[in-house]
Order: sequence, then structure tokens, then C-alpha cells
Amino acid sequence: MIEILDVYKQFGEKKVLNGINATIERGEVFTIIGPSGQGKSTLLRLINLLDKPTRGSILVDGVDIHLSREQQAIRRKMGMVFQKPVVFSTSVFENIAYGLHFRHIDRDVIRAKVEQALEVIDMAGFDERKAKSLSGGEMQRVALARAMVTEPELLLLDEPTANLDPIATHKIEELVRHYNRESGTTVVMSTHDMQQGQRLANRIAVIMQGKFAQVGTPREVFGSPSDKEVANFVGVKNILTGNITGSEGGVAALAVDGLTVKAVTSLPVGTRVWASILPEDITLLLSRGKQISARNVFSGHIVHFSPRGPLLNVTVDCGVKLSATVTWRSAEGMKLKIGDEVRLSFKASAVHIMADGGGGPG
Amino acid sequence: MAGFLEGLSPIWQGLQQAFNLLISLDPQILRITALSLIITMSAVLIGSLISIPLGSVIAYGKFRGRNALIWLIQTLYAFPTVVIGLIVFLFIRKTGPFGSLNLLFTPQGMIIGQTVLVLPIITGLTISALVAVDLTIRDTITSLGATRLQFLISALKEARFAILAAIALAFGRAISEVGAAIIIGGNIASPGNFYTSTRTLTTAITLETGKGDIALSIALGIILLLIALVINIVISIVQNR
Repeated sequence: MIEILDVYKQFGEKKVLNGINATIERGEVFTIIGPSGQGKSTLLRLINLLDKPTRGSILVDGVDIHLSREQQAIRRKMGMVFQKPVVFSTSVFENIAYGLHFRHIDRDVIRAKVEQALEVIDMAGFDERKAKSLSGGEMQRVALARAMVTEPELLLLDEPTANLDPIATHKIEELVRHYNRESGTTVVMSTHDMQQGQRLANRIAVIMQGKFAQVGTPREVFGSPSDKEVANFVGVKNILTGNITGSEGGVAALAVDGLTVKAVTSLPVGTRVWASILPEDITLLLSRGKQISARNVFSGHIVHFSPRGPLLNVTVDCGVKLSATVTWRSAEGMKLKIGDEVRLSFKASAVHIMADGGGGPG
Repeated sequence: MAGFLEGLSPIWQGLQQAFNLLISLDPQILRITALSLIITMSAVLIGSLISIPLGSVIAYGKFRGRNALIWLIQTLYAFPTVVIGLIVFLFIRKTGPFGSLNLLFTPQGMIIGQTVLVLPIITGLTISALVAVDLTIRDTITSLGATRLQFLISALKEARFAILAAIALAFGRAISEVGAAIIIGGNIASPGNFYTSTRTLTTAITLETGKGDIALSIALGIILLLIALVINIVISIVQNR
């Protein structure tokens, strides 16, 4: 278990970490997501003892690692893969064996472990290849294998796929998932890729201005972002701000720029709130058509389309701009085009609502 | 240009004689070449054994005056070899602090001179080579759990091509210098005992030319050029790795 207690890090005048707190459980995949330059790498480097915190402490199994005299022994229980794929200028085999040589492991044992690792990273037979001649994705797999063969209790991955193409990224993700599942190793990984966080993490920490703005399961972070900045960063669409003007049976009426949105909340009348609705939770219907039972139904006209992989985000101006997700197929079926009158509907329970603690979305 | 062609003919003759000397493997030439190689290799070996560890400590050390020290070392790349010769001479002559060791006019004395010459070159280029090792590679070495010594050895391994090139460069500079070699060695032929001779390629060229033995000088010059060529080939092979 890793406890990060009120960790600050400053480089000269530049404050990078401003009081990080978190507990990382044994065996989980803990992902730190946030925009570039928010201190993700710095935090991983502090855990790996490559840097010292300006203030605060990091405990691994109860031991303050930065105060311990056993720095090297502690570091040898960790493995780290860096954002930039780097290899030693030697063979693939020797690259993977590097950390094992440091530990004076028997040659036969090294050979067996490296061969096995090469199988796992799907690079069997690459032993004698010059590591420098590999592609970026292959180098990063070697880097991962190099860390994994030392059988760390904690694997630190600093944006391991930031420089890789989607196929190479997919392979690395598969490896990390497989490794975590097979070995039970704790994985702490940073990424600026929201989807990656969602795909891999048991829990996500969103880092903003050097602090964890929210720590939670992917579902919590994406479905119920703790504040507007997090919502914005994790790509939540449909962020609304307004006041609760009425409440009845746990369903509040929320006045947003002339619309009244029904939302499930226990916040009292008069509270200034912000709310978000996942585009997936909004149903888009043509204006002519059957009545619908949802609490919230608004009419408007289509102002924008934005593709989202296999899906299409349709932005509709209902007085407030709201985005709904439809499949390409249904968009074609409905012959949607800019300017079309449509209706949007969503349940009151689909509205994620929070008291507005100030600060606006960017 | 009266006399130009006439003036060319002794050069031509010298060249022909030089080739004859080279082809016939003239013993005198072999002795001089062998001695030169032995002296310079010894100096470069001793220099490397001192400079590489020293350069490692300076490259990754954190101490006051580190930058000034690096600047000083780099300035010493251009240390005039006659001045090195003079300084070593002052220390090892009979009345100098190391006079009792009888090193003046010996190959050992010349090795000392060349070692002093190559020290800043190998040290400085080792520092540059180590500083140039990718930061992520350095972090990776640390992260893999290296001890301080394992870290330095790994970093040196990463910088090995640049360091080999530095050694080759130092070798080239040492074997081709003449100032220190003449002052310290004195170009003593010592036909009876190879190991007391101090005639190297450069000192022999300097003095034989003065005495009019053009053929020998040209032959030795060709050998020096060949050595330079080999060094260059070694450097380019190493750097293209």
C-alpha cells in the first residue's frame, strides 16, 4: 500500500505539486490523468525516489521511503517505464536483463526470465537484435519487459504510450492489463489520455494545478465529476450552471438560461449549482413523433455535428446548447442536418448535479 | 621558374629512397616506429586509466567549481606541447624534484610527457560523452536499482563509442607531437639497447631533416600519416556504430 501524504514539490520558483494526498491499494491499477505540465511525471519520479519532495511524505507499507536508509532496496522493489521509449545500446536480451544483472542474479535464471519476458511481449527471437534498431512501440515493450522481469511490487508507468501509434498503444495496454492480472502487481500510471484511463484503471486521480481534484473509479470521475474543471478536463459535455428554483419529491427544478431542467438532488431550493449530463444519456428525436415520458424534453435546432469514433455528437440549441450522442446509422436514418428541428429528452436522474463552489468552466 | 624542375628532383629521389626503406622494412625505421607506438600506447593507457574515472566523477558530481573545472580542462586541450615538455623537464631533470628517478632522456620520461598531454583531452571528452548520455537512460539506470558504481559503469557503457573516439583522438595528438618529445627524450638513437632509445617518429623527422637525411624523414612522415589514417578510420567506424 502506498500512502501519499500532503506532498509538495517545487523546482526553484515553480510549484509543481501542491499537496497531493492519496492511498493506493495493493494490486490496483491507479491512473493519474491530467493535462500536460500538471505534475504527473513529477509525482511518479517522487515515488521512484528519482526526486525528493519539498514537503510531505510517501509511505510504502508504512515506511517513509524518502527518509529510509534503504533507498536502493526500496527502489529495487519498483519498476518504472518512462514516457520516452529508451533502450541501452546493446542487444534486446541484454536490455531486458539489465536490472537482473544489477541484482547479481544467476546467468541461467536471467536467461530463463528474459526468454519468458520476450514471449510475453510477443518478441520471442528478438534476443540478439540491436535494441536501438527497434521501432518506438517495440522499444517501449522492451522497456516494460525490462521493468517486469525484476518482479517489482510496484510498476510505475509515466505516460508509456504518449509517443506511440494506436496499435502500439493497444499492445502496451494489453501487456499492462495482463501483467497486473497475472502478477497482482500494483500499477501506478500517468496518462493524458482519458480513454486510456477509463480502459485500464481501477481508480483514476485527476490532477489539476498540482493537486488531486478527484479520486474515484472511472465511472465516478466521468459520471460525477467533482467540479467543473474536472468535468471539463475529462471531456464532459453539457455542463450547465443555474439555480434550484423548486423541489418536489427529491426532484429539483433547475433554472438554466430560461430552461427548466428537472434533476434528482437533495440540494435545497436557492442553491447555485452546476450540472452535467452525459451525451449518451440524452435521446434525440425528430420533432414530429410520439410523446415521451422523460422528465426533461426540450426542442431546438441542430447547430453542430462532431464525430466521436463510431458515434456522432449532435449539438442542439434549445436555448442552452446540449449535446446528444447518436450512432452514425441512426443519424443517417433520421437524415439529420444542420438547422433541423429536433427534440432532446433525458431523465432527471441523468443529471449529475453539484453545488457550485465557484470557478467556471474554461 | 628556372631551377624549379631541378629542385623537384631531390624530392623525387627522396621519395623513391623512402619507399625503398619502407619496402625493405629498414630496421632503423621499424625500431623508431615501434618505440613511438609503445610510448604513445603506454601514455594513452595510463591516461585513460586516470582520465575515465576522473571524468566520470566530474561529469556526474555535484560540487562547487565544477563548471570552472570543466572549462579549465577544455582549455588544456590546446596546451602547447613544448610547454608540457618544459614543465616535465623542470620536474625530472637532475636538479628537479624528481631528479633522483633519472627519467630525463628516457622513454619513461616521454611517456610521462605524453600522459600529461592526453589527460585533459580524455578527461574532457569523457565528461562530454557522459553528459551527453540521454537523461531518460540515466533515470532508467537508477530506476533499475543500480548502485553508484553500477550506475557509472552503465553510463560509461552507453558512452563507450564517444569515449573510444576520445582515446583515438588523444592517441593521434600524442603520437604526432614533437615539442615535449624532443625536450624530454632528446632523440637518442641508442642502437645497442632498444629500451633506452628515445628516437620517435616525430623527433627523428625533426632532427634527420636538419641533418639532410631526406629519405628517412619522408619514410617516417609517411608512417605518421598512415597512423593518422588508421586512427581516423577507427574513429569513423566507432562513430558510425
